[in-house]
Amino acid sequence: MNAKNKKYDAIVIGGGHNGLTAAAYLAKAGKQVLVLERRHLLGGAAVTEELYPGFKYTVYSYVVSLLPPQIIRELELPKHGLHIMPLEGSFTPMEDGNYFANYPDEDDTLDEVRRHSRRDAAIYPVFSNMMYDLAQAVKPILSMVPPDPANPGLSGLKTLSAFGSHFKSLGKEKFYWLTKVMTMSAYDFLSEWFETDVLIATIAQVGIIGTFLGPKSPGTAYVLLHYYLGELDGATSSWGIQKGGTGGVSEAIASAARSYGAEIRCNAPVEQVIVKNGQAVGVVLENGDEIYAKTIISGCDPKVTFRKFVEEKDLPSDLVEAIDNFKFRGSSGKVNLALDALPDFPAMQDKALIRAMQEICPSVDYLEKAYDDAKYGSFSKRPLLGCVIPSAVDPTMAPPGKHVMSIFVQYASYDMPAHGNRDQQRDAFGKAVIDTLEEFSPNIRDLILHKQVITPWDIEKVVGITEGNISHGELMIDQLFFMRPAPGYSKYRTPIRNYYQCGSGTHPGGGIMGTPGRLAAAEILKDGN
Amino acid sequence: MRLSPFNPRTSELCEPYNWSLWQNWLLADMYAPDHIQEYYAIRSACGVFDMSPIPKYHIHGPDAVRYLDRIVTQDVSRCAVGQVLYTAWCDDEGKIMDDGILFRLGEESFRLTTGDPWLFWLEDNTANLNVVIEDVTDLGTLALQGPFSRDLLKTLSKADLDNLRYFHMIEAELAGIPVEISRTGYTGDLGYEIWVQPHQAVPLWDAIFEAGQDYSLVPFGDYALEMARIEAGLLLIDADFYSSKRVVHDFEKSSPLELGIGWAVKMNKDYFIGQKALKAELARGLAWETVGLEIDLNSLEAVYAEFGMPLYLPYEAWMEAVPVYSDGQQIGKATSGTWSPVLKKYIAIARLRPQFTSPGTRVNMEVTIDAQRKQTQATVVKMPFFNPSRKTSLGKV
Amino acid sequence: MSEKNKKYDVIIVGGGHNGLVAAGYLAKAGQSVLVLEKRDMLGGATITEEFVPGFKFSSLANDAGSLSPEVATDLKLHNHGFNIIPTNPLINSLLPDGNHLRIWQDTEKTVEEIAKFSKADAEAYPKFVERMQKVSGIVAKMNEIVPPDLPDLAFFDIKELSALLSPSLNLGWRHIAQVIRLLPMSVSDLLNEWFESDTVKGAIAASAILNTTFGPQEINSTAYTFLQNWSVSNTGLFRSSGQVKGGVGALSEALAKSAQSFGATIMTGAAVAKINISADSVRGVILASGEEILAKAVISATDMRTTFLKLVDPYYLEAKFIKHVKNIKYQGTMARVHLALERLPTFSGMDGDVSEYLSGHIQVSPSVEYIQRASDRIKYGEYSEKPYLDMQIPTLADPSLAPDGKHILSVTVKYMPYKLRDGNWDDLREEIGKLVIDTLSEYAPDLRECVQEQKIITPLEMESVYALPEGSPVHGDMALNQFLWMRPMPGHAQYRGPFEGLYMCSVATHPGCGVTGISGRNAARQLLGDQ
Repeated sequence: MNAKNKKYDAIVIGGGHNGLTAAAYLAKAGKQVLVLERRHLLGGAAVTEELYPGFKYTVYSYVVSLLPPQIIRELELPKHGLHIMPLEGSFTPMEDGNYFANYPDEDDTLDEVRRHSRRDAAIYPVFSNMMYDLAQAVKPILSMVPPDPANPGLSGLKTLSAFGSHFKSLGKEKFYWLTKVMTMSAYDFLSEWFETDVLIATIAQVGIIGTFLGPKSPGTAYVLLHYYLGELDGATSSWGIQKGGTGGVSEAIASAARSYGAEIRCNAPVEQVIVKNGQAVGVVLENGDEIYAKTIISGCDPKVTFRKFVEEKDLPSDLVEAIDNFKFRGSSGKVNLALDALPDFPAMQDKALIRAMQEICPSVDYLEKAYDDAKYGSFSKRPLLGCVIPSAVDPTMAPPGKHVMSIFVQYASYDMPAHGNRDQQRDAFGKAVIDTLEEFSPNIRDLILHKQVITPWDIEKVVGITEGNISHGELMIDQLFFMRPAPGYSKYRTPIRNYYQCGSGTHPGGGIMGTPGRLAAAEILKDGN
Repeated sequence: MRLSPFNPRTSELCEPYNWSLWQNWLLADMYAPDHIQEYYAIRSACGVFDMSPIPKYHIHGPDAVRYLDRIVTQDVSRCAVGQVLYTAWCDDEGKIMDDGILFRLGEESFRLTTGDPWLFWLEDNTANLNVVIEDVTDLGTLALQGPFSRDLLKTLSKADLDNLRYFHMIEAELAGIPVEISRTGYTGDLGYEIWVQPHQAVPLWDAIFEAGQDYSLVPFGDYALEMARIEAGLLLIDADFYSSKRVVHDFEKSSPLELGIGWAVKMNKDYFIGQKALKAELARGLAWETVGLEIDLNSLEAVYAEFGMPLYLPYEAWMEAVPVYSDGQQIGKATSGTWSPVLKKYIAIARLRPQFTSPGTRVNMEVTIDAQRKQTQATVVKMPFFNPSRKTSLGKV
Repeated sequence: MSEKNKKYDVIIVGGGHNGLVAAGYLAKAGQSVLVLEKRDMLGGATITEEFVPGFKFSSLANDAGSLSPEVATDLKLHNHGFNIIPTNPLINSLLPDGNHLRIWQDTEKTVEEIAKFSKADAEAYPKFVERMQKVSGIVAKMNEIVPPDLPDLAFFDIKELSALLSPSLNLGWRHIAQVIRLLPMSVSDLLNEWFESDTVKGAIAASAILNTTFGPQEINSTAYTFLQNWSVSNTGLFRSSGQVKGGVGALSEALAKSAQSFGATIMTGAAVAKINISADSVRGVILASGEEILAKAVISATDMRTTFLKLVDPYYLEAKFIKHVKNIKYQGTMARVHLALERLPTFSGMDGDVSEYLSGHIQVSPSVEYIQRASDRIKYGEYSEKPYLDMQIPTLADPSLAPDGKHILSVTVKYMPYKLRDGNWDDLREEIGKLVIDTLSEYAPDLRECVQEQKIITPLEMESVYALPEGSPVHGDMALNQFLWMRPMPGHAQYRGPFEGLYMCSVATHPGCGVTGISGRNAARQLLGDQ
């Protein structure tokens, strides 16, 4: 097809899961949509690649849980190949050879907690109950277009008022607890409930994932809520993996979008958005092609959206200032392994836990030290590792009897020291990961057939996300809700008419969630575009 | 999965392998292929139920009485040594968290049994009092229930069981094994609960079963117990009510007054957690009251007849709430029910709006047949449904 | 004594500055007021003590620059001997290369100084000051109010919200939105938005951490404390300057005299053993001596844990209330080291008049990272071996504090966690003194020779001697989880306790934040309003 001459209703820049979601919703509403993806494959940070023959790596991302049932339903994703399998809880080996496990069955988990502390076992269900409750309280906010308190307007006042009465309906105690969860450190918050260090560490690591903060840094309790928001088949707080790798989620959304008539082009990097008289009218590709459309939507991060695609002169100074101050701070890397066999964890008494997540976060101090190691511009000598062996659940991921291990690694500062070249630093980083893993799984080194190590700058370079933060910017209070990506610019619109944003850098943020794409599409349609 | 100290014996006896998990403890639903025989043992001979899994706390220290008075709704200061109280406890809003049995073991020593584990709650609410709280859930506990339970125990012990009054306890030896025996139970019959150190659980079991041969003793499981406790009008957590700390919505919470256990709430004592809220609730008037229902069998028979079916009666207790109506308006729900083989009645425990709770009030309870919602007539009655004099009477002296 | 038969309108438990402020306001309003102080001297943490004969040290608080001007005026403190001595520079940040970065109260002078380190920062500084003054102005309004219990408010009911914010509304919604954005940030991120020089950022960031546990890179705490300190500062800048003539204890004396002049009775050496509650209302107090004193109302100027778990019988408190009290985060992280100096030590790199360098706050805070690293150790229950130091040599401006020619150097040392994982503070006391002198010797090599005597106040003694719970100077960490409707604990941010007639007025209550007197005044007003 000759795209050059065709006039589209909408162009979505970036074929990540949010861009694809927005495209699917717009196409479903009857719009002529074109998605332009820079790389040869779709998915952005949510891709699967076969980098070693027969072994499929979920290259940058990790597990799936936040994809709302609403999107799954509305885009008919199962029909398009969405197939998420739950993981069997989690397993945390400790430094003294003991372990802590989290099971899908609550009573099993309680027995396990009880092995460590009777007090904690008694309080655990009460805690889960409260967190579930708080997550439910926050949920409507996540699927709401944020109001702008700086410039409320009539409809804004209405939203604010609805927002207010929602909170009022929560009741006092819940509101207080919500205040606490929004402001405290994961450690301080959890210590009000639990006494078992490894239990606190296992829950707290959820609170630090994707942030450049330690478990004792205020602000990390909030991220815990995301865990309780995770929803699989209506069961909250469960994680899963997509059959065939996380890329399958993106492909399912792409397939849905195509089925509604959207056109998707890979290897089509956008250079700039064409702005005429304060209005976006099209895009220029790196190869010089110009494509025109009524609406341009960026699924890229805020820095790329505002500081690359458009010119400063087209933006108000407060937005420029806010975007320049927007904190990305990629803090994590990935190590993907092709393994000759399943690794052995001596502390793992229940071997079924090999199908769970293996969390290397043996104590709160361990996590905090990992943070201290990295926060002045380095990587953790003994990092937090979140390991999943998708092939233990999904045989299509590796040849029979062989396995792939997907290791989420935190912390790796984007600002690793300038001395030494990046290849050497990547090697040192990869070595730290394997050395650490070996402490808990002594045979791992011998099983490695192939290894891929990814640092935040690799993510930036390959996927194009600023500072390699897969959430498109830190999930901290000052970058949430009406402040995501900037106060006054949180409603998916931009100061440039017909130019919209729909990436994880908009409300409600990162994770394979799709909500920014969905909400952005709804706003675009509301504007009559 | 957790195993009771009696498991070496119960696992041998549980022929149909009909187990369920209760708080992840392995619990026999029934030992014989049919639980009705077990039920009849409770009402006609005697049976043993392994209740070891229930959480138990040993609470002791100089301030134990004052401490417990703050926690529970009963008046602990009026509980004599050797006396046992049924009690509830509430949160600050006067909503029930759980109920259980409180044993006064000594001047400064108590044991509290609960439905859910509450160690954190007990620890967090000491209010600086001098008290020690220990989780002693590992203790083995057998419920020996039924008209012949006293006779059986007397063959094993010299203790003065004839004079052991209802809701009292003694220390004793059974077949030389040191135990505590309380005249308590969850069946509403003559019965005892026997508390033993876990390492002596199996010898105790063996001694009781050897003596039991002369009294038609059988082990009974949860199915028989459920039928008996409904007949006795006793509530079950997670069926007839939910713990306020484990549910999210206010409508799922209830007060002990609504549950008909107001008699165990001593409103005029110095202080207990939830007192203020309960006083306010009393002043306001209750939103719900708990009563018994007797289902009108003719009416129920007619409902089945519509389907060409004979009358069906629940020989296994049900515990999923069903709506109760009056004049087409829902006025509450029945929370558990069963066929009572001794009473030859179909009975249920129900929570209704107060204007419908005087005995004799006619209401309708929902019955579902072939996924079609029908209603049967029922009559409000006082609980307990079954209350034999032997439950509380002293033995022959 | 006639107290036995007398029933007071109000008894105030604790003669710290907030207790005395409350006493002053209540007595002025015609109430019969009795203040009971456990120690033999008034002032709590706002006192001057002669640890070494002839040397008058400001034991804990060393500055009254954040005292609400309204309180000073209302209570006529200037008639009672309270005077602030102007000092300049505001801050001198000592640098490892012997250099100094001075921040003056005068912006232009500061710009010149900053230009030595970064032209861009010098250019940014006036704009920074202007913007932050606006923002902290909104925070200042929030300090003044009795915080609403937010869940009670029809939250975001625009009418009520506007009433709450009306004093700030003329600044515009955009500034309010800015406050909402800035409050949860870290002071480090906030400064990164304006400045590039580590030296400049370190010197400024340090003012944020005085009342919080956390390091300057931590969010939900340090930008808030930064702005709040700014909001109560008498300099119009992020740090106040308020050396009190005769030592900070003179403020407490003035407060006491003022209260007495309005008719309040003040007893020292009168430890309260119990706050007596009967039938859900306050009856009075029982002293350690066993004597009961009756009152219609009692205001506790002590911290919440002392008030509700010791003085009040917690038996009658709701479970959730006790939990909220127990959950208050104190996490004191400072120690004080006082040096009696034979002579002034020689700091390297000073030209000309030394008082042009040393009469204000002197800091060892060469960069944000330095301070952050100092805070890292506390997470493991250890103290910083390269501590952040905040010092004053008050004798430069007020020679009367020490014998002729001699000087005082008072140092706040962070981070020193109250809870040590290993060891105890009694054993480590001398270590702190050594650490401070060693650290300072890098900047003033002859310091050791100048020291005549030293007095160290460990985090443990801050609690045992000065009744600062867990060594927390603000009775509970300043962070967003203990802010507005969450301070001192949720549901009780309005200075009222859970029983009728019981009030709280210590720094544990809103707005917290050091020697402001606002808590005492707000509590007194609340009590009067309830009558």
